[in-house]
Amino acid sequence: MEAVRTNEIMAVAGARELRDGETVVVGLGLPQVACMLARRTHAPGLTSLLEIGVVNSNPIDTPVGLADSRIFHGATCWSGFLDILGMNLHRGVVDVGFLGSLEIDRHGNINTTLLKDEITPGQSKVKYFNGSAGGNDVASLAKRVIVIMRHEKRKLPAAVSHITSPGYVGGKSRADLGLRGGGPHRIITDMAVLGFHAETREAMIVSVHPGIRVEQVRENTGFPLIAAENIPETPLPTPEDLRLLREEIDPKRVYLG
Amino acid sequence: MSKASDKKAEKVTTLADAIARFVPDGASVAMGLCLESMIPFAAGHEIIRQGKRDLTLVGPISDILFDQMIGAGVARKVVAAWVGNVMMGSAYNFRRAMEDKIPHPVEVINHSNFTIALALHAGALGVPFLPTYTSIGSDILARNPDLTEFTAPFTDEKMVAVRALTPDVTIIQAQRADVYGNAHIWGNLGSGPDAVRAAKHVIVVTEEIVGPKVISSDPNRTVVPGFLVSAVCEVPHGAHPSPIQGYYNRDDNYYAEYHKGTKTRADFESWLARWVTGVKDRAAFLETLGAERVAGLAVKKPAYAAKTDFGH
Repeated sequence: MEAVRTNEIMAVAGARELRDGETVVVGLGLPQVACMLARRTHAPGLTSLLEIGVVNSNPIDTPVGLADSRIFHGATCWSGFLDILGMNLHRGVVDVGFLGSLEIDRHGNINTTLLKDEITPGQSKVKYFNGSAGGNDVASLAKRVIVIMRHEKRKLPAAVSHITSPGYVGGKSRADLGLRGGGPHRIITDMAVLGFHAETREAMIVSVHPGIRVEQVRENTGFPLIAAENIPETPLPTPEDLRLLREEIDPKRVYLG
Repeated sequence: MSKASDKKAEKVTTLADAIARFVPDGASVAMGLCLESMIPFAAGHEIIRQGKRDLTLVGPISDILFDQMIGAGVARKVVAAWVGNVMMGSAYNFRRAMEDKIPHPVEVINHSNFTIALALHAGALGVPFLPTYTSIGSDILARNPDLTEFTAPFTDEKMVAVRALTPDVTIIQAQRADVYGNAHIWGNLGSGPDAVRAAKHVIVVTEEIVGPKVISSDPNRTVVPGFLVSAVCEVPHGAHPSPIQGYYNRDDNYYAEYHKGTKTRADFESWLARWVTGVKDRAAFLETLGAERVAGLAVKKPAYAAKTDFGH
């Protein structure tokens, strides 16, 4: 069989974070793939929500945009923002929210709005990106937030340029902040799976992907990353995981690369 | 279609006329409320052609429509949760306006999808604000003047008040509508129903005008009740390159071409001349696009709903 790709490891790591019977808010890309894999393996009773107002769709053909009937294929309910973001997420019944990020910092604060590039000391130029969309709502309100992103030093700074979506702001607990959702739980990158220390609420290494060294992960992170003595390897996808991913879920490799 | 003797039928008008009458300079205009689907591109292009100025654009995620309107210089302010090219990432006109004040500075009020949905819902309910727990601790809350923390009555909790949004006009895209403005919409509704009810005027841009009996055959599908509507405009393919469920699919390549073709200001000016200012209306736009490309976007595998009995 063809060698395992990093995106496959990431998708499987995402799937394994989901438990049967949970309710998940997903977006396009690897989160969608992870959710579809979980549903076909250990979590057939998963409920998936698209923030736009779609319940339990079963996407076909891995389309590239969210405005595509193939993404909504087989859905049991179409509604809107007030339903998914309000009467589900805001009410507190969403277990897991998946997000991507431009930058994420040591306390799990997410930035998808703007970057400040220092031109000369004290002088910076702001570059604008896109904004929150539903990211802030998912980060504020889901019980567990899982971020899937590339592992680069500039994308994992000590503090983000702009808190688009709150994590453990200032290292404070979610209760102290007044936030109802549980906050960031995992950051799944192409090098490792990160979690958050229960007391300091700082990012820490949970596992490293096969072939990656802990030092490599640290070198590619913009803040000192805490790690236990013996860091396990992220489990490899099973042959059945790979078959499902490659033959059923994303045969065109739109997201698996 | 419409008869001069039927007063209600006077709502049917051309898109050019509807924009001229209901979108004055300085107006706040909600559009693109169903996210990446059903974005009123034809209406946006008409606004640009008529040279409107100082508009406030309101919409959660309007894909490249807001970028085009910013580049064309019609917008002074944008109230949104996300601005860009959904498939491609950055939108260059938005960045040029924010980073280099080209063609002029634009003020952006950043929301999340839920705070803008609540703002429009508050507008629809006629209340000054609605409370939420979302956005606490973030820079969205810190920097958006229309979000403010307060202590909730009854529970003494920290909450965020979201100020109501009441657009001067909401432009909503529909699959079919009658001459009175009753519009059937299906697919992703996003914040469409609230934006319609929050606005002072509503323009319905519809793929087709149908008889009132078609509307009353399935009244649960009437997302826009006609009594709220100021103008009904029949504009086939009015949402291209965004899709309309049951009518045409998304033209993904158009978004990629826009991304590649608007990197510099000069490139954008050529793009604008070709697709907006250089065409008279949507029909002329579709001619530029070409019949083959339009046909290629047609729904290939129809999937009809089960019959629904509204009998007695």
